[in-house]
Amino acid sequence: MSTENISLKTSTKELVSIIGASSVGTLIEWYDFYIFGSLATIISTQFFPKENPTAAFLSTLATFAAGFVVRPFGALFFGRLGDMIGRKYTFMITLILMGGATFAIGLVPKYETIGFAAPLIVLILRLLQGLALGGEYGGAATYVAEHSPEGERGFWTSWIQITATAGLFISLGVILITKNSMEKATWEDWGWRIPFLVSIIMVFVSVLIRRNMSESPLFAKAKAEGKTSKNPLKESFGNKLNFKFVLLALFGATMGQGVIWYTGQFYAQTFLLKIMNIDYDQANTLLIIALMMGTPFFVVFGWLSDKIGRKPIMLLGMFLGVICYRPIYEKMYQTANLSNKEEIMTNLKVEVKRALLPKSTTDSLITTTTTHVYTDGTIYKETVKENISSNKESKPEMSQSIKINEADKWTLIWLVFVQLIFVTMAYGPIAAFLVELFPVKIRYTSMSLPYHIGNGVFGGLMPAIATYLVTASKDANNPDFYLAGLTYPILIASVCFVIGLLYIRDLGVKGNRD
Amino acid sequence: MKEIKKILGIVWMLLGLATAYFGIFELGIPKFSSGKQEDLVFGIIIMLVLTPIITGGLLIFGKYAWDGEFGD
Repeated sequence: MSTENISLKTSTKELVSIIGASSVGTLIEWYDFYIFGSLATIISTQFFPKENPTAAFLSTLATFAAGFVVRPFGALFFGRLGDMIGRKYTFMITLILMGGATFAIGLVPKYETIGFAAPLIVLILRLLQGLALGGEYGGAATYVAEHSPEGERGFWTSWIQITATAGLFISLGVILITKNSMEKATWEDWGWRIPFLVSIIMVFVSVLIRRNMSESPLFAKAKAEGKTSKNPLKESFGNKLNFKFVLLALFGATMGQGVIWYTGQFYAQTFLLKIMNIDYDQANTLLIIALMMGTPFFVVFGWLSDKIGRKPIMLLGMFLGVICYRPIYEKMYQTANLSNKEEIMTNLKVEVKRALLPKSTTDSLITTTTTHVYTDGTIYKETVKENISSNKESKPEMSQSIKINEADKWTLIWLVFVQLIFVTMAYGPIAAFLVELFPVKIRYTSMSLPYHIGNGVFGGLMPAIATYLVTASKDANNPDFYLAGLTYPILIASVCFVIGLLYIRDLGVKGNRD
Repeated sequence: MKEIKKILGIVWMLLGLATAYFGIFELGIPKFSSGKQEDLVFGIIIMLVLTPIITGGLLIFGKYAWDGEFGD
């Protein structure tokens, strides 16, 4: 193809259809990736030995983390392909890989059926999901940015940035709808598999849409001129001039953005469910409302970054996170803290149910549910399940659930929403920022690695590290144990803020390194 | 500003070394020796993934900063 035949200008109409096709695919990839995290608790009971629920939960978090840790490898593998054969074909492969792995997770038999093979297969499929996501995001962001006019990249790429939150939002929605459309026992038996299985339909539709897309004009031009890279990995990381920008992108932007992103969306969810013991449906509903309110701000801050630069917006998001997280989480915790509430003792209810265990005529399960009602409408349920078996002793399992009143629910929604504003500030402009930091021929590889180390490793490990810090602090009888998990994102975001402030020169309004 | 960026290079290198110490001796080794499965997974992730990235990355970043690579 001669370079004269390649138009570098894309009309707004074409751009809208490009954004639509790219965003739908990326959104589905995020959906696929996040249903695993959102169903972590139920997955732990299905695939991991359930003698110790905490161990099972942490094992799932570890599997979750494995999905994140492998993302940088996906970034290297698919980034290299994308810089050599093109953006379009590469992110078609990642979409199919992700869809296949997600669908397969929905088909894996339980631990009770195939033993240790079950968690092993789930772990392998989770790793494949991580690899696919590692390749997808950089491709989509690069593809959209390379179609966008200069000076509008922040606005157009912010639609790709929305997909991560929208994917989480849709995953929570599909889970809630599926769960509420069936009996609890059915959901726990096989119903949880539905959100994984429906992914294959969405992926199929997305592949059909993406198939008709054309290659990025900047990449097509570089290819026609013979200016593509022969060895993108060597040119990205073996070349000091470029490698210093990779390090700058990681330590001055993506590392902080990653922890802000995961604190605002995932740790908020873990905190509501595991530390505050908020009822599962109520916690996810309030998270969905906050996500709906916060999501449009990705575009607002993406657009604003075209006007005033990427750096001030991203760094302000990090700075606000650093100074506001402790007061926000203190307020969240106190909102549902039962010691601040007055119980109506006359409404105290204790229910005991006894049922025979499946396939047994003597062993039974005793479930004791104690319900406490408070003057402000809060309802606290404590359930203790005890196996009464003739031949073995088992420890009783206890679960707690707090259903808060409408006013407290809105307090929590606003507190999560404020965190989402920090997320949209740090994350909205970052695709445009990364794209502009690296030249076309090694862009896919160079931007994908710092993004996935920052977002995947630093951010993805955040809920696991924070849960560990909270447990350790609780064991040490620290009265503020519930805030201990915030030490990690605050430290990481602080260092990133200082490095970003001092070393990043904003290219946002002026152009890029090409 | 150029001088501040250079001098801070030493801070980033020291921070990298401090992370290595904390990651290995405060978090990693105690987790490895606790005997619990979940601690082992956590220890592996901290020692083999997070610590090398932070330490290695900050040492190189600090060296570049000290050499004046980020001066302009």
